[in-house]
Amino acid sequence: MRALVGSRLFWFGAVVLVAAAVLPLWVSGYVLGLLTVAYYTAVFAMSWDLLFGFAGEVNFGPTFLIGLGAYTAGILDSQFSPDLSIWWCILAGAAAAVVGGVVLALPALRVSGPYFGLTTLVAVLMLQNFIVVFADLTGGEIGLPVPDVITIDAKLNYLIAFGFMLVAGGILFGLSRSAIGLILQASGQDAVQAGALGFNVSKHKLFAFAVSAFFSGLSGALMVFYLGTASVGTFVDIGVGVQVIIAAVLGGRRTVLGAAIGAVFLIVMGEGLRPLGELATLIVSVTALLVILFFPNGFLGMIRGGSRA
Amino acid sequence: MNDAPMLEVSGLTKRFGGLVAVKDLEFEIRPGEILGLIGPNGSGKSTVMKMIMGVVRPSSGSIKLDGVELAGLPAHKIARRGVGLVFQHSRPLNRQTVLENIKVALLPDSLLALFADRGVDGQARAIAERVGLGHLLDRKPPTLAFADLRRLELAKAVARHPKLVLVDEPFAGLTASEVGQFSTLIKEFRDDGRAVLLVDHNVKSVSALVDRVLALYLGERIAEGSAADVMQDETVRRVYLGGALTGSTRSRQFAADSAPVLTVETVSVLYGKAQALQGVSLYVHEGEFVSLVGLNGAGKTTLFNAICGLVPYSGAIRWGGTALDGRSPASIARGGIVQCPETRELFGDMSVRENLELGGDHLDTAERLERLDWLYDLFPILKGRQAQNARTLSGGEQQMLAIARALMMKPKLLILDEPTLGLAPVILETLSKALERLRRDSPITILLGEQNVTFALPHADRVYVLDHARIAWEGPPGRFEAEAAQHYL
Repeated sequence: MRALVGSRLFWFGAVVLVAAAVLPLWVSGYVLGLLTVAYYTAVFAMSWDLLFGFAGEVNFGPTFLIGLGAYTAGILDSQFSPDLSIWWCILAGAAAAVVGGVVLALPALRVSGPYFGLTTLVAVLMLQNFIVVFADLTGGEIGLPVPDVITIDAKLNYLIAFGFMLVAGGILFGLSRSAIGLILQASGQDAVQAGALGFNVSKHKLFAFAVSAFFSGLSGALMVFYLGTASVGTFVDIGVGVQVIIAAVLGGRRTVLGAAIGAVFLIVMGEGLRPLGELATLIVSVTALLVILFFPNGFLGMIRGGSRA
Repeated sequence: MNDAPMLEVSGLTKRFGGLVAVKDLEFEIRPGEILGLIGPNGSGKSTVMKMIMGVVRPSSGSIKLDGVELAGLPAHKIARRGVGLVFQHSRPLNRQTVLENIKVALLPDSLLALFADRGVDGQARAIAERVGLGHLLDRKPPTLAFADLRRLELAKAVARHPKLVLVDEPFAGLTASEVGQFSTLIKEFRDDGRAVLLVDHNVKSVSALVDRVLALYLGERIAEGSAADVMQDETVRRVYLGGALTGSTRSRQFAADSAPVLTVETVSVLYGKAQALQGVSLYVHEGEFVSLVGLNGAGKTTLFNAICGLVPYSGAIRWGGTALDGRSPASIARGGIVQCPETRELFGDMSVRENLELGGDHLDTAERLERLDWLYDLFPILKGRQAQNARTLSGGEQQMLAIARALMMKPKLLILDEPTLGLAPVILETLSKALERLRRDSPITILLGEQNVTFALPHADRVYVLDHARIAWEGPPGRFEAEAAQHYL
């Protein structure tokens, strides 16, 4: 029975993915652009879920990692273009996010409970301040225009984002289902027992943080070269982080894939309701709140729970 | 049996701030030997176990396993050197099956091994078979019975073939037949040549299994030897049963022939799958002092929480003739039943005075001041500490404040849950005198839950013994040692 449900979900997912892959043949550049941003956001949310859903650590500052990746890539390009290929800039962005993430997590993982979350929150504020203060380098509050983009072809941009989401999602999902994912989950649920079973809990959590940082930073850097600009409001603001968190919880905690569904839903719904103006944000927030209150396991939980009953 | 000890502990000490939880402890366990480490609540036995596992870092002393120093290492390194711990409670992976939960324990601590070895599956099945989970491999932990969850803990602990197995309260919450099955499993550890440390509250529960018993009290060894010897030991008997057990003479009569003010009728409470109370009945008269004695985990706190409306129960609880069922905890408290909980629940960042005033919030000013004066007279030390934050008080002073705050509410029935927990004997004396005065000078009714019999018996008009979720004995304090001691040692 469970296998059937599993396979039905699987086939449903496969159909959706194939449809998404051939979408550029059918829809306008406007829709493609919207989905491109949604796919990058999906990677943010999946990376966050690896940390929260599996390692059990609430990272209130996903935008610290995203912002590090985005701004490192953007600054390098604006300083060294055209001598430096944007692909090097993107890789450097991912690397900066990993380094920054590990530097943050090393001391932060020593403190327990809500303090880890608070540390990550402070990190976001620090990064935001840094960007504003060093405006010469970072573009400050106005934003940092980058001289290069990956391509101006909307279809190609869409396919790059889509492909990247598939690869990142595949790796993160595979990791969550691997032996390491199990150990992470055990550490997240009962760190004392995981230690008594011989697992170095800090090592595994640090690894999860590094992986999460890598994909967040990489996605942030790619998105900079899609948008052609880096700004605090898009990459660093606490509000952006909250949206990533809501996306992951909305889609279904501890599922990785649910986070992607949640992200696409949030971005598309937010845009679809844009004609309503300020009301749009309210409607999206209320919807998210209702889902979280009544279906704490998110969209994937709803589908699974429904099929089982 | 090999004669060289496998585990050698010496000079082991743990201080938490000013509190010495374990003091200069020394003991050994040989391969193929089962040592029972017993002591009442707060005696430091759990701290000893956690220090051996590396969950808590010793303040000083040495812990050697086969000659290798373990003290100060983190838990995962100690685990790899051959120590395993069977937890009393843990949080299993609820979305994975029993088999997968056992497999987790078999995984290497490596970031490179993405997938488990092929052998892991077979090993996990063999372990499950051994602990009696063979027929439940595909079930998920939330659907398991309580005893099967304990089996899962056992399975995880043995997965890494520890040389030394630590077991925390091996039989807590198990039925008699399950106790038998678990005993057999633990004996198999001994037959395999492993060293086993069983940690429990009293000798009785582990006496059939252990080769030797070490008794702790307030962090120090008070006796060591065979289970029978330790049970006969003078110091142990005094710690568990109290010294000269004389009930005090009543200076005030309560109406023993009138209808009881509180009646508890066949009350049962389930915590998930664990039976915390089973058909408990008792009654308390107005003005009576009733002591409910029982070891940690016997169900005392659960019963008090049921009376106060904090946990759902089956059965009936009546207060002054009307059923309390369905009333909110706040309404029950306003009705005159006030609990002073084991955990004290003081407002740590508020001063002593503020804590007391909150307790007397519903009184008018004159009455509140009068009440305060009376309490400062009862606990003079609190008067001197009025402006001090509750958090900075010593354990004994905190307990006095907790009792005083409860009394500010002018309860008709005061429920005291383990007031002596973790307190030094000298403080007990002060508390004891205060209770005696309270009983003499005011018409209050008191229900006291204690595992410290020395403290619980002298004041009591009547005593109940709670053992494994049931009332095991009821009678006057004078008959306790002769009739009820066997439930207790």
